[in-house]
Amino acid sequence: METVVENMEAQNAAVGKKENDLIVLTEGLCKSFGDNHVLKGINLQIARGENVVVLGKSGSGKSVLIKCLVRLLSIDAGKVIVLGHDIPALGEEELNDVRKKIGFLFQSAALYDSMTVRENLEFPLREMKNQSKDEKEKQVIEDLKSVGLEEAIGLMPSELSGGMRKRIGLARTMILKPEIILYDEPTTGLDPITSKEISRLIISVQQELKTTSLIITHDIECAKITANRILVLKDGVFVAEGTFKELEKSEDKWVRSFFE
Amino acid sequence: MDSSSTKITFLPASIRDFFLEVDGISRFTGQFFKTVFKRPFEFSEVAKQSFIVGYKSLGLVTVTGFIMGLVLTIQSRPTLARFGAESWLPGMVAISIIREIGPVITALICAGKVGSGIGAELASMKVTEQIDAMEVAGTNPFRYLVVTRVLATLLMIPLLVIFADTVGLIGSYIGVNIMGDVGLRLYFSQAIEHLDFVDVFPAFIKTFFFGFAIGIIACYKGYTCNKGTEGVGLAANSAVVIGSLCVFIIDLIAVQLASFFM
Ligand SMILES: Nc1ncnc2c1ncn2[C@@H]1O[C@H](COP(=O)(O)OP(=O)(O)OP(=O)(O)O)[C@@H](O)[C@H]1O
Ligand SMILES: [Mg+2]
Repeated sequence: METVVENMEAQNAAVGKKENDLIVLTEGLCKSFGDNHVLKGINLQIARGENVVVLGKSGSGKSVLIKCLVRLLSIDAGKVIVLGHDIPALGEEELNDVRKKIGFLFQSAALYDSMTVRENLEFPLREMKNQSKDEKEKQVIEDLKSVGLEEAIGLMPSELSGGMRKRIGLARTMILKPEIILYDEPTTGLDPITSKEISRLIISVQQELKTTSLIITHDIECAKITANRILVLKDGVFVAEGTFKELEKSEDKWVRSFFE
Repeated sequence: MDSSSTKITFLPASIRDFFLEVDGISRFTGQFFKTVFKRPFEFSEVAKQSFIVGYKSLGLVTVTGFIMGLVLTIQSRPTLARFGAESWLPGMVAISIIREIGPVITALICAGKVGSGIGAELASMKVTEQIDAMEVAGTNPFRYLVVTRVLATLLMIPLLVIFADTVGLIGSYIGVNIMGDVGLRLYFSQAIEHLDFVDVFPAFIKTFFFGFAIGIIACYKGYTCNKGTEGVGLAANSAVVIGSLCVFIIDLIAVQLASFFM
């Protein structure tokens, strides 16, 4: 209950913010693959400290949307501004600097399977030259503690369960202390209990690092736990927006069907 | 890639694909040269990859090198004997091995063994989003994965060729001694006597090109794979096919250039 109250406060605080305090701003974002028009004008605004959830059916373009935010996919039209940077216009070096401030948790966790858990976590740190080996080591262990998996440090990704992979993926995402974390279906393929744990973990990570989160999911429980605000993606545009409670009572049958 | 493949519609698909492939590989090579001199250098990763390339192929290269020398000697003997020129045997075999057979066979083995390994490894990293994950972490996966592997093949394949040549000559020595009795020292002095700078130098230089081509093509096929799990097999397969083809093309060009300049 407490988190819900806090969430509401965060949201109310977000409403009055000026444009330059927006962590993510997209306007008219369009993306097609040949004749497959996946995104047809996405307008998204995320304020600092917010937890935004994007709901949508499988194949609706949720993953495409967040990949556009970090330029893993180039956009066809529109504006994408993340942390004040015009993402499509950035040079390679600048883009890398901005990317270090963005965390990205892949749907598949995308652990480097030729490296141990430790090496996986150290990998994003390798270009931080002002850090000593000990500091890095300390950070890795701290990070693993916050996802509750210190004992997995020497394991290979192939030795981990799906839920553990997600956690290690999250730990790796956190290690650069990003200002915003983009989660691509953090709970898919997990049992309800583990899903809930991951959702709680997302909240605790957010409070620990004071990050902003964009969570892509079709898991309604996860949305319930994590969201300040929910957007519903259908046919390439957002068709509904509101808090969990608002959308639960939506007039639109299609939107309501998510919550049943 | 999407746009260029839709624009050119007047060419048959296979020819169009060929040109798109050449275009892709050229750009990829360009990116390699842009990235290779940028700091920080991944010394330890290059060393690790070099070890893998060398270690993976050493056994196979040894066996084929040895057989190659042995068979070549046994088969050439009757022909030379007919002309009463058996004493030329070591020299002739040495020239064939060092100029042509050693480099080409070794490169083909590496194109198969190393090329398929790199192609499959990078392709599976690509389809499981590991390369994307490196990219969004703000690191440069091209430098970490591609540059290191290409440098490894570039450095190791010439070394493997030298090794294969040596083993081939030993095989040939044994071949000579099956029917005759030539001391090791005499054999090698006969073999080396006929070798010229013109034989050794271009043959050595071209092995670097073999190494580079095998590495860059395998990396290209893996790194640009975008067809899911099925693409992994495809990437490994075409890394070997195109890599081997390139070995022959480079060999052809090298022969022409060598005879032009020397
Ligand atoms: N690289 C690509 N090339 C071509 N088409 C693509 C590519 N990536 C995604 N698509 C297409 O975009 C559409 C949306 O895909 P996306 O992966 O964003 O779905 P999603 O909403 O994340 O679904 P899920 O919940 O199953 O992950 C799909 O129709 C897919 O075919
Ligand atoms: Mg998805």
